[in-house]
Amino acid sequence: MTFEPTIVGFLCNWCSYTGADLAGTSRIQYAPNVRIIRVMCSARIDPTFVLKALTDGADGVLICGCHPGDCHYSEGNYKMMRRFPLLKTLLADYGIEEERVRLEWVSASEGQRFADIVNDMTERVRALGPSPIKMALAHDMAER
Amino acid sequence: MADTKLQLAIYWGAACGGCDVSILDTNEFILEVDKVADIRLWPIAADGKYADVEAMADGELDVALMNGAVRNSENEYICKLLRQKSKIFVAYGSCAYMGGIPGLANLVPRTQIIECAYLTNPSIEPGNRTVPLAECSVNGYTLEIPKFYDRVYKLDQIVDVDYYVPGCPPQPDQAKAAILALVAALTGQADPPPKGAVVGAYERALCDDCPREKSEKKIARFYRPWEIMQDPDKCLMEQGIFCAGMATRSGCGVRCPNSGIPCRGCYGPAPGVLDQGAKLVSAVASIIDSKDPEGIEAALATLPDFTSFANRYSIPASPLQRSHRQ
Repeated sequence: MTFEPTIVGFLCNWCSYTGADLAGTSRIQYAPNVRIIRVMCSARIDPTFVLKALTDGADGVLICGCHPGDCHYSEGNYKMMRRFPLLKTLLADYGIEEERVRLEWVSASEGQRFADIVNDMTERVRALGPSPIKMALAHDMAER
Repeated sequence: MADTKLQLAIYWGAACGGCDVSILDTNEFILEVDKVADIRLWPIAADGKYADVEAMADGELDVALMNGAVRNSENEYICKLLRQKSKIFVAYGSCAYMGGIPGLANLVPRTQIIECAYLTNPSIEPGNRTVPLAECSVNGYTLEIPKFYDRVYKLDQIVDVDYYVPGCPPQPDQAKAAILALVAALTGQADPPPKGAVVGAYERALCDDCPREKSEKKIARFYRPWEIMQDPDKCLMEQGIFCAGMATRSGCGVRCPNSGIPCRGCYGPAPGVLDQGAKLVSAVASIIDSKDPEGIEAALATLPDFTSFANRYSIPASPLQRSHRQ
């Protein structure tokens, strides 16, 4: 049986969620692995959410916001843009593979782009296999 | 004063000894403690052997103050033993509370630690290949030392912890306040703090108590403290000096920022914060004055080893707990 990754998607309400909605209403077929959580803005996505998602069983986390310059709140996506490299550094130091967490800008008209991103990410995370976190923490329980 | 003295134990796991010294730093107050309490185990300042603790009845001790993290099987054994023998078990200091400085080792595998400490370190005699083994055989005898675990644990990952006293080390005044609160609870003079409470600290962030002036934060780069002439009245973050105060609980008396040194986060996450590292990602991201990826990258390049700064005391307490590199 092929491994089906679970990907948590945090999508901003104004652009990316609407883009995902467009993918749906346009009947574009894409991988069912992403579980979407709608947030009002990509700036609302506290890095803690990403850590929580990963430790609570997600194999990957997808963050989508408005393209730079298009934020409904004018600056929110820039906050996410600045957080992301630092979050990647933090995750890399904890040994989490780079491709498990991804930031993309998706506008309300980019239904096809959203579907392509989800398909591509699903394949990449599938190739990586299940998140190592659960196994490592189980190993810790066993060593004592 | 109570008719019967309180029974007290103070011990350490993977620790530097600073926590024990912080208790001694309460000066003559320690004599007050001695008046109301029998110190049954405190090897660093009094006495007591494992066998004495093993001989006690369960719950015979009123309070055990355990400092240090759990790095090996001996730390784990004494932690579980003291838990069993105590009515109140306190994780004392940052290592016990969050893993502390020893917890930084969770970012590297055990094999690398052993190799660095015993084989490749410049101070190792050339050709010396002696490494510690949990069990070895010498002249037909089997010798055992504690097993060195793959990672560091904070105490509540091993046993049930009643209270936490943060700090590296806890400030003597706060140590005193925490001990007095426990004595008052045990002698029926006050209600005990709710289980799981952080005692000897406040319910607010360090910035709330920091006297430095805070205004709009916009910085183009970061500086290590020695790279810049510091304005002693202005927020350190606004000057580009990375300070963990925003994500850290207050209680230390703002000692570091008051001495021109950025907060290192030893009092642990501020109330409502799950992980200091994740919150400091947001804090740093909010103050960088750039809207293009290159400018952001350039600013972040001046902030080396972010994870070890942001989670300096709290790696085992972070949701990720350790490196997951395979």
